[in-house]
Amino acid sequence: MSNATDPKRKIISESDYREKSRRSFLIGLAGIGLGGVGLRQLANHTGEGDNIAGPLREIHDFNGAIWQSLYSPTALAPTFDPSEARPIRVNGRHGVREEIDLDTFVMQVIGRNGDVIGEHDMDELHSFPYEEMTIEHKCVEGWSEIVTWGGTKFSTFAEQYGDEIQAPFVNMRTPDGVYEVSLDMESMIHPQTMLTWMLNGEPLSQLHGAPIRLTTPLKYGIKQIKRISRLEFSDTRGPDYWEIRGYDWYSGL
Amino acid sequence: MSIAKGDDALSPASEDMVAVEAHPRAIRWMHWINFPVLAIMIWSGLRIYWSFDFTRVVGEFGDNNLIPNDFYETLQLDRKLARGLSFHFSFGWIFVLNGLAYVTYLIFSKEGRHIIPSPKALKDIVGTILHDLGLRKEAPAHGQYNVIQQIAYSSVLVMAAIVVATGFAIFKPTQLWWLTAAFGGYESARAIHLLMTIALVGFFLVHIVQVARSGFNNFWSMVTGFELRPVSEVVSNGTDETSDSATPETTIPVAEELDEEELVNV
Repeated sequence: MSNATDPKRKIISESDYREKSRRSFLIGLAGIGLGGVGLRQLANHTGEGDNIAGPLREIHDFNGAIWQSLYSPTALAPTFDPSEARPIRVNGRHGVREEIDLDTFVMQVIGRNGDVIGEHDMDELHSFPYEEMTIEHKCVEGWSEIVTWGGTKFSTFAEQYGDEIQAPFVNMRTPDGVYEVSLDMESMIHPQTMLTWMLNGEPLSQLHGAPIRLTTPLKYGIKQIKRISRLEFSDTRGPDYWEIRGYDWYSGL
Repeated sequence: MSIAKGDDALSPASEDMVAVEAHPRAIRWMHWINFPVLAIMIWSGLRIYWSFDFTRVVGEFGDNNLIPNDFYETLQLDRKLARGLSFHFSFGWIFVLNGLAYVTYLIFSKEGRHIIPSPKALKDIVGTILHDLGLRKEAPAHGQYNVIQQIAYSSVLVMAAIVVATGFAIFKPTQLWWLTAAFGGYESARAIHLLMTIALVGFFLVHIVQVARSGFNNFWSMVTGFELRPVSEVVSNGTDETSDSATPETTIPVAEELDEEELVNV
């Protein structure tokens, strides 16, 4: 393309150029070969217990650690006017396929030492201060929907458990044990993270997670577990339904 | 450097050749790292968009993706969301770091002057387009790149910056809410991210055509750093002060123009 020569540019003889050319060709070939083999290894991975290759999992966790260290509890998701809320589709039925009896439902709380430290029925949970937030709910698939969630802040609920919130993780699961989620404590006590029982002014349907689910604009929907029957303050990061299927554990927004 | 000129300077085929430095090593490495990394970003990005193009109507799983499902299925981009995400958030860092290194290098090496169009060069836009279209015989005088190339290489930097910024806006819409807001919200940032990617692919296609048109020597100079040229052409461009007679006519104004620019810019 260039049709002019910068007077300052180096000039070498044709034979030096041929030598350079040969060397560059070999370096390029080696690069393509090594890169190609490495990429194939990463892309074709189908391992037991994880759908993605080890190095990619490590980078997911590395990214999570970076964003966790940059995390700010005062950075809030934008909120919308409740009139902008729209119906939201049921996108995942794992853990909520079976109808359950909401009247006898109890949410169990486990402490850091592994003991049951609390049991809450829905009448009691409904007595916590009720708040609504209208936010953009985001799915890891890429869609989003503006919805109004109603319930109580997790941080408010957790006050009764005192120092348990010093635990780094909260591990949760559905009554059938099918769906499990673990979250970092910073995200759990964020002012927009709620234990939720209302959706767009109506009680949650069972497929949306009745009687009580987690909602937070800090995470994709895959982390906002429906129908929590067991909630554990923990020093270890518990199993996570979508993590073992190849998704990012942190999934922080 | 003094190079003896052959007797038959006007018949390049039989002439002695020398190689002139065309691209610094750093630029070549960054260029060739960028190529596979950007390809991986687009490939993994499409695996993500497969699960929900931004035109798909919320509430319906159907075939109303912006990009037809046949496209995804043919290229095996379907049903690989988790792997798409893991590649995208890994190789994205290389793209970002390479881009930062490139901008830093452009600033400190002053190589940027080759690709940022000067106000003076902007007046040659029409002339260069006419020449490219074959409607004008002579190309306006220019340095390493003509003004259209300069605009292309500068705007691709801007497009890359927007693609990275919208990428972070989608990646962390709560923690970086201000960035997401700057792009008109989450859905809008997602749309801009895809449109900018399409623009980058457009640049790539034009780039390939242009490189093919300018021949193997020019292409290979991005690999070796040097471009093979006839001795007379190199000498005519001011590297040898004593031999500016008997130079091919078309290159003379180029050389003069460049010397002026050098004085202005250095």
